[in-house]
This record gives sequence, C-alpha cells and structure tokens, in this order.
Amino acid sequence: MPSDPLVAQHVLEFPGGYTRTTGPVIGRFLSELRGRRIVGVRTKEGKVLVPPLEYDPATGEPVTGEFVEVGPAGTVTTWAFVPEPGAGHPLDRPFAWALIKLDGADTALVHAVDAGDPKRLRAGMRVWPVWNDHPTGQITDISCFVPEVTDIVANVRTEYRLQAGGALRVFLEGIERGVFLGGRCDTCAKVYVPYRLTCPECGNAIPETLELPDTGTITTFAINNLPDPRAPEVPFVSAYILLDGSDIPVIALIGDVPAHEVRQGMRVRAVWVPEPERTASMANIRWFAPTGEPDVEQP
Amino acid sequence: MGNRCAVIGIGQTRYRSRRTDMSIAGLVREAALRALEDAGLTFKDIDAVVIGKAPDLFEGVMMPESYLADALGAAGKPMMRVHTAGSVGGSTALVGASLIQGGVHERVLVVAFEKQSESNATWALSTHLPFSASLVVGAGGYFAPHIREYMRTSGAPDHIGTLVAVKDRLNALKNPYAHLRIPGIDRAMVESTPMLWEPIRYLETCPSSDGACAMVLSSEGAITGTPAWVHGTAMRSEPIFRAGRDTVSPQAGKDCAADVYRQAGISDPRRDIDVAEVYVPFSWYEPMWLENLGFAAEGEGWKLTESGATALDGDIPWNASGGVLSSNPIGASGLIRFAEAALQVRGTAGEHQVDGARTALGHAYGGGSQFFAMWIVGRDKP
Repeated sequence: MPSDPLVAQHVLEFPGGYTRTTGPVIGRFLSELRGRRIVGVRTKEGKVLVPPLEYDPATGEPVTGEFVEVGPAGTVTTWAFVPEPGAGHPLDRPFAWALIKLDGADTALVHAVDAGDPKRLRAGMRVWPVWNDHPTGQITDISCFVPEVTDIVANVRTEYRLQAGGALRVFLEGIERGVFLGGRCDTCAKVYVPYRLTCPECGNAIPETLELPDTGTITTFAINNLPDPRAPEVPFVSAYILLDGSDIPVIALIGDVPAHEVRQGMRVRAVWVPEPERTASMANIRWFAPTGEPDVEQP
Repeated sequence: MGNRCAVIGIGQTRYRSRRTDMSIAGLVREAALRALEDAGLTFKDIDAVVIGKAPDLFEGVMMPESYLADALGAAGKPMMRVHTAGSVGGSTALVGASLIQGGVHERVLVVAFEKQSESNATWALSTHLPFSASLVVGAGGYFAPHIREYMRTSGAPDHIGTLVAVKDRLNALKNPYAHLRIPGIDRAMVESTPMLWEPIRYLETCPSSDGACAMVLSSEGAITGTPAWVHGTAMRSEPIFRAGRDTVSPQAGKDCAADVYRQAGISDPRRDIDVAEVYVPFSWYEPMWLENLGFAAEGEGWKLTESGATALDGDIPWNASGGVLSSNPIGASGLIRFAEAALQVRGTAGEHQVDGARTALGHAYGGGSQFFAMWIVGRDKP
C-alpha cells in the first residue's frame, strides 16, 4: 500500500524514563516486593491497604507507619478477561485482569491472573503469585497470579508380563487350531468351557479336555451403545452363548445381524478369521453369526 | 450371634459428582466426625477402625487404609480394610459388628468411601486382559443381559424399570445427602433418555458419586445416644463361573437372606420388615431382589413394584433414601444402605422417615452378583 505522506508515527518517550520518587510508604512496599514479600499499610482506623497508600482515601489522614505482611495468596473479587493480549500486557497469552484481595488485606490489588481457560475464572477463586526471577522493586516483580493448586495428576502405571499357563494355555492352543476346548467334571458331569483345571462346584480336578463344536445358542445379551476405545464400535451385541454340549455360557460378540434382530434362543456359529491370520487369542473369533436354524426355546 | 451390638452414631457426607474441596482423607473424616458427634463421642472413645472401599484401581491408591489411619484417629489402634467389591460397605459394617459381637472391642468405627471423580469406574472395571475379547464395558455392560433374562422369564412389562427410576429419585428429594436431585422426574423423562446398555436406560442407572459414610458400633455396655440394635448379620459369596448358576437370582443371595431372617426371627419379610434399604444400582434390580430376598414369589417381584408397595407410602418401602440410584460412592453405597436402615429404626431419618419403622433390612451386593451382605436392625433390643 503506498504510504500517505500526511500520516506519520510520532513517539513521546522521555529519554531514560522518568524518575519517580516513591516516598517512604510506596518505597517500603516496593522494597518488600524485591524481597518477595507483599506488605500493606495500616490506617488509623485499623484497615490494611494493599497496595499501600500514603494517605487514607477514606479520611484523608496519613496512614500509620505500621506495615503488615499479607498474602501471598488471595481471592479474586472480580475480573475482566483479555482474550488477545497487547504489546504492553504482562502476558503474551489470554489472561485476566483481576482485583485480588490478598489474605490479611482490606483492599484489593489489581494484577494479572493466568488461569488459561476463561471458564476457570470466577469470583472467589484462590490465587497465588508467581515471582519474577530477578525482582528489582517493581509491581512486575510479581509476573502474575495463578490458581491455587487443587489437584495433581498422579500417573500410576503398572506393567505385567502375562503368561497364559495351565488351563488357559491349553484352551488358547485349541483356539489357534480353530476349536473350543472344554472339560467335563468327573463328579458333577458338568462341561466347562473354556477348559479349566478344577470344577468350581466340586473342586475336583478336570484332567482331560473335551472338544466342543463352534455352534451354540444365545441365552441372553446386551446391546451396548456406550462407546469405549477398547471395545467394538457401537452399537455392538455382547451375548452369552451356550456352546452345544457345554453347561456354562461364554461371552462373545454377535455379528452379521442387526443388533435389534438378535434374540434369546437364537442359534449361532463362530466366524473364525482366515487360517493364516490365526493366533492363540480370542481375536481368532471375529464374532458369532446366526446359523439360520430355528430358535431354541429357553427354559 | 454373640454379644449384643448396636449402631449408636451415623455420619454421611453430601454425595455429589465431585468433592473438589477435599482429599480422600478429608472426605472420610467428615463422615467419621459426624458419626462420632451423633454418638456424642470422640476418636478417643473408639477401640478399632474398619475401612471399606471398592477396588484400589478406582482411585489408584493402593492400601488406602494405611494412608487414612491418621484421618480416622486410628494410630495405635487395630485397623483393617475390607474388600468385597460393591458389597464392601455392607461387609465393612458386618466385620465391625463381629468385633463387638465377639467381645473383642466395645466401640468400633466403620467407614466406607469412594471418590469416583478421581478416575472412572467403567475404565477400572474393564481392564481387558490380553488373549481375551474386550466386550464388557463397565457394570452396566455386565448386568444388562441378566436384566434382559429377568424381563423374559418374569414376563414383566417394559415400564417396571422406569417406575423404580422415578420412585427412588422422588425419595431422594427428601434426603439432604442424596446426589441426584431431579425435581419433576417422571416416566416420560426416564423413557426419553438413551439406552446405554439395552435394556438399561441412562436414567435407570446409578450416578458416579464422591462420598463417605461412617457408623459407630457399640457393645451393650458402651452405648451412648439412640441405639439401632443389630438383630442379624450374614454374608455369602459364590463363584461367578459355575455351571447352572442362576445369575438373575443367585443362590448366595437367597442363602444370605435366609440366614439373616432366621437370626432376626423373620418368617415373612414383607410383613415383618417395615423398611428396606437394598442395593439397586440399576432400576430393574428392585423387582429382581424383591424375589431373591423373599418379598415376592419368583416372577412376581415386578407386581409389587407396579402396585406401589415399595414406594415411601407403600406397605414395604424400599430405598426411602433414594438408594444407590440416587447416590453411588461405590465403596460406601453398601454402608449407606446399612446406615439408612439404622436411621429408620432410630426414627432419625428426617423427611424420608417411614412412620413407626421398627425393623429394617440393610442389603448390599457386589461383583457379578456374587457377594452379598445383609443385616437386620431393630428399634427393640433383641
């Protein structure tokens, strides 16, 4: 854009900056800031003014010489959010100008609050100062105030090496070959699948495996609509399936049928992944799909 | 049953989604101090502390009882933790009571809690081990098929679950500690909410709550304040995988009820019990437990619900407090049932008091309906 000869920048800046004499009251406040303490001054009425003033605005009387350490934490009384900070602002990211009543003070101090999200800000919020690395005796010795620590993130993690042993290994080796292995309890004659070493009813050993067909009947099921990153895409049907010849249902996914057409008593067969893709894992079974046989009446 | 035992102090926190104002220690202490205040006692008067909570994975704090000893004034005293999944609150009260009944201690503080906001119970209950298929998502995913089976075998109409969801939330409006407060809740509102785990709708499930509950249990000789007398205590469990297991009405629940009724001299629970606080985290579990606990014949529980018998003004109010459907700090939920039963027979339940309640059932279940804990408390000395 061609420059307009009648538009010019003009800067007024006193060389080196103005010298400002603080006087004893403000000087004490700034000296304390340099020492990373915040003080107020007490008025004759007993109020603590923060930041201190030399004369009590309520009465016009000089304040007392008594300085009181306040804070360092305080409470936000009101605030205005600055979504786009300008060049002269203390922070280069969205922040709030807030009135902060420091603990022990009777008046509020204006300062910047770095709370990130404006939704976090509210009157009554507890805030703490963040100090500048090199305090020199200016209000900017406090870089800003930040919300009080109210929670921490505890990254708890345990890592196990899981080894399929005993019965589970036997069962999964069967799954790798494309068969369900169960076992019959000698005492109560119940057939358990997956294969297990002992009967949960009698406590007796189940010494031998029994090969079961991959067909069965849905006893009951749920239609899951609550998404979970570790589960199949919703809606999915998780069903209890009583494999033919067994006495305890296994839980499995139902596929190749709309969720609302699944029925209790429906006949289903396992759909296996192609042989080259098989591993010793339940991932070998994509799901169970209806066989088209008539439903089995449920007791 | 051993020596006589009584509840002499009850304390609860307000139940809500997030208690961001306090730590777990602060939470259990709030409940404990209220229970002590109710009994007119201090930590000095307590001989032993029993803590209950659900799986450690819920908050990621292992052996939280060790960390909580200071908050509960347990330093230098016997202190133990109970863990029986969702039934743990009930089991905690029963372990505490057994220490009194066995003559070991004079006064025992029992406390149970959960701070669900620290993580996510559905995540913690769905750990998805290697080699297995990842199909069960949370407690709802587990219980939905068993509710479907109940609906099929009993022939209950679809709206029964809705009735319980409304009734318990209306009761919650009378309980100052309840988490869910839904003024104007009705069947249409419940039915308009989505199916999470069909046949369970959103408003037919319990909330996730932060909270704690505490009780002071006392021997007969150490009673202060108003006692609720323990008339019977029972715990049962059964294997989750057992051929022929009735997952709708588990044998362990029936056995547990029969045992506690025998001790308390109850022959007809619907007639002999005035009010029941029963662990109903999904609305359909009210008719299911009505049958399992012998309040109705098999297949008939839903008729009791439908008739209004379990409402606050019915002949056998269930969950006058609003129940688990209204407040669910999981580990504490069972203890809250036991405590609410005691409040009723002491006549101190406030706005949700059942007039003239003399005998009450507290019930909790957990895991895949495999752990049960129950007690009967009464106004009269057994």
